[in-house]
Amino acid sequence: MELYNYMGYELIEKIINKEITVSDLIQSTFDRIEATDNLLHSFINLSKDKALKKAKEYDIKIQKGKKVGKLCGLPLANKDLICLKGFPTTCCSKILKGYHPPYNAFVIERLVEQEGAIHIGNTNMDEFAMGSSTENSCYGPTFNPWDISRVPGGSSGGSAASIASGQTILALGSDTGGSIRCPASFCGVVGLKPTYGRISRYGLVAFANSLDQIGSITKCVYDSALLLEIMAGKDPLDSTSVNIKVDKYTAELKKSIDKKILGVPEEFFGEGVNNEVKSSVKNSIKKLESLGGTTVEVTIPHLEYTVATYYLLCMSEASSNLARYDGLRYGKMSQNLKGDVYDVFSRTRNEGLGTEVKRRIFLGTYALSAGYYDMYYIKALKVRTLIKKDFQEAYKKCDFIICPTMPSTAFKIGEKVDDPLQMYMDDVLTCPVNLAGLPAITIPCGFDSNDLPIGFQIIGNYFDEKGILNIGYQLEQELNIYRKTVPAIK
Amino acid sequence: MSIQNNEIMIGLEIHIQLTNLKTKLFCSCSNDYRGTEPNTHVCPICIGLPGSLPVVNKKVIELAIRLALALDCKINNQFWFFRKNYFYPDLPKGFQISQYNKAGGKAFADGGKTTIRLNNHKKDIILNRIHLEEDPARLVHKGSIATSPFTLIDYNRSGVCLIEIVSEPVISSPEEAREFLKQLKSIVQYTGISNLELEGSVRVDANISIKGYDRSEVKNINSFKEVERALRHEIIRQKNILKRGKKLIQETRHWDDKRRITIPLRTKELEEDYRYFPEQDLVPIEINSDFIQKVKSELPEMPNERSVRFRKEYRLTEFDSYNLVLDKNFADFYEEGVKSDPSFDSEEYKLYCNWLMNDISRWLNNNNKIIQETKITPKHLVDLINAIKDGKITGKIAKSFIPDLMVGFNVKALIEKTGKRRISDKEYILKITKEVITDNLDIIRDFEKNPRALEALIGKCMKKTKGRLDPELTREILLELLSNKIKKYKKS
Ligand SMILES: [Zn+2]
Repeated sequence: MELYNYMGYELIEKIINKEITVSDLIQSTFDRIEATDNLLHSFINLSKDKALKKAKEYDIKIQKGKKVGKLCGLPLANKDLICLKGFPTTCCSKILKGYHPPYNAFVIERLVEQEGAIHIGNTNMDEFAMGSSTENSCYGPTFNPWDISRVPGGSSGGSAASIASGQTILALGSDTGGSIRCPASFCGVVGLKPTYGRISRYGLVAFANSLDQIGSITKCVYDSALLLEIMAGKDPLDSTSVNIKVDKYTAELKKSIDKKILGVPEEFFGEGVNNEVKSSVKNSIKKLESLGGTTVEVTIPHLEYTVATYYLLCMSEASSNLARYDGLRYGKMSQNLKGDVYDVFSRTRNEGLGTEVKRRIFLGTYALSAGYYDMYYIKALKVRTLIKKDFQEAYKKCDFIICPTMPSTAFKIGEKVDDPLQMYMDDVLTCPVNLAGLPAITIPCGFDSNDLPIGFQIIGNYFDEKGILNIGYQLEQELNIYRKTVPAIK
Repeated sequence: MSIQNNEIMIGLEIHIQLTNLKTKLFCSCSNDYRGTEPNTHVCPICIGLPGSLPVVNKKVIELAIRLALALDCKINNQFWFFRKNYFYPDLPKGFQISQYNKAGGKAFADGGKTTIRLNNHKKDIILNRIHLEEDPARLVHKGSIATSPFTLIDYNRSGVCLIEIVSEPVISSPEEAREFLKQLKSIVQYTGISNLELEGSVRVDANISIKGYDRSEVKNINSFKEVERALRHEIIRQKNILKRGKKLIQETRHWDDKRRITIPLRTKELEEDYRYFPEQDLVPIEINSDFIQKVKSELPEMPNERSVRFRKEYRLTEFDSYNLVLDKNFADFYEEGVKSDPSFDSEEYKLYCNWLMNDISRWLNNNNKIIQETKITPKHLVDLINAIKDGKITGKIAKSFIPDLMVGFNVKALIEKTGKRRISDKEYILKITKEVITDNLDIIRDFEKNPRALEALIGKCMKKTKGRLDPELTREILLELLSNKIKKYKKS
């Protein structure tokens, strides 16, 4: 078996037992990238020399019996909107071309500097995380490793594709309305979006700061739990991060789920949801019941308003968060400096930002304008409160909510680019989780008739990452499809 | 048409930098940007790099509470920040983190007032609110903004904490505005939140209207001194427009402090829409009443209380004590001085105050200095007053000592150095007065009719001796000589 087919925790064991070296692993990672990435385009920037050098350093340390951190040199792919000191971080936008952050994001400090993961490169994404297909990248799209005529989902499409295809072992993503869970579902891997505030956002370039959350994309739930243990916790540099005890997530995975109450919300199985997806998810629900879980019906009555609410809020926030890109201090300023400073700002932004980003800035600016603010922004905040209440009501009856992650499996490249509303509707099952600030995980639960992966979503109550990882792990082991590899990429 | 002062309505928005903070409002960069190499006091947060997040400096809350208490505001038990969105080169994030009291927002504190005195009557200036916000970067031009070939941006100022004090439009004259700002400056100094002597530590926007007409907002008044001038100009401008039968429009104007006029910036239709909405990178901040109590208990005596105490303790007049306490440094100097000599009593208290408020203030004004920047100590002034009291020098000599005292000489050394001491030798005084009488026979003839003739003669004697004669003795001797002379004159 090739090294890239192993799980992260298995490779750590092999490194500790000196069965393999870190250099072997990193080299095989780059070999795999070189063999596949011209077709997949998961990565937009690689850090090969530095990574191999680091691997050697770790091997020497390991030989000398010195500690190299919990992650023992495992390769880590970083989404191109998490700041990495001295490495180009562009959010896949022309406007940030050439930008090298002078500091590391909190999660990079934890994973790379403290616990010895090796950064191998940055992955492709929708520009500023705005999209559900990774087609809105200034570097061009990423392709789904299960079928390269299809999208990998988005916005963390590069990270999900790189995990699914064995180009890396660990990957970072960010999730504003489903940006981790959607591509994880489309690529048949595990995606975790923790509770808002569970992981510091310091160094995560903001799209919609009240919804954004960093999370991981991995091959299995165990690796996901391992990363969360390292990344979770209060950061004094992020006021919204929360000081709540971080559980030993990996130790909780094997606990029985006997007597756990699983809420099934009927709205999440509505007409918009593909029948193959429904039946695969229902099949998994039966598995969970067989493991001792009890299912109950719950309801999220305001689900039909969530997409509208989500887009109003995320666009409003984005219009402000992206105002700083004027080309003056960093990034790419227009070459044409005619006119006054506003002319140059406008030209820089016009040249540097993509269509979808502009669309969202326009709509968000409109929603925040005098005269429309109450009608749109304030109203959306009110609905957001109602959605939170819906979930709190549901959690009076159950411990977890289980449902599909996406209404469908991966769609064809180009299929929805001309129909943004259709694309937005794909977030219907994921964005309510962000509006409520809850944690959720997606794990692959089966395949449709095109042999495309289907995702199963487990939504927990606030800060119950322990619980969703436990359910996810139990289901993953029971289904035992997580080692299934993608077909040969050619 | 004539417009009375009670028909003028002025509201002020005063932005004060909290210069006494060590670090900026949302990051740990040094707050002290003056005189520093440009763009050295910066970090990802205050230049708004992608991915950076603000964190509220806890010390800011304490300082803001101090000011809110001193201004009698109602401090909200919870407050949060809003984003004020606009594009400008000095604004690295494309928005300013500020506060907003509409759209579900709350100011740091609401209401408040301060009492001013003008022409012997008192008036309460009612405040609307105070709130916190970050200062944008500093734009540097060569010469004026209009002709400079470039604009440089110094982000050292970006993120420095400003506190904004918004008054209700209850100020009815430029003089009232001046007195309000004097009082406010005094309170800021007593609370120890800022040093307003520092350049650029204050910016004022003013709303000015004549009752029944549209208002204008004058921006960019960069010192307290300029406010009175700008208001005067703007009121005259508005009155002139009405006189000519034209219409006043709601507009924003810019104070040009070089030309000392206000110039139009934009009209109401083009008012910028700041799209205020909550800053969700920061969580709402709770302020519990215990903390407010703690800050209150540590608050130093405020100028109004001190003025009352000075009237009681040092038997000063209301006018004297009000003016003496305005500058805390002055009032501290006063107290240290009068307390250092146990023999001081009402008379000396009054004298000490007069010396400070007259000769010393005048010297400071003429030399554009504050008292800390000079070398005079409270003890020096005590010595000066005692030297007069003990008859060592005359008041006139004492006055001539002031410039030397300000640069550090003490009274004893000055008496020795200048050889100036009071002359109370009767023989000498007799000699001088006789000479003066002989030289001024024309004045003597007036003596009976004109009581001021005596003063004129005393003046001549003093002039001849550079003010060193004991004034009382001189008067006595002159009177005696003159009455003898007059008797003789009448007899003959
Ligand atoms: Zn800073």
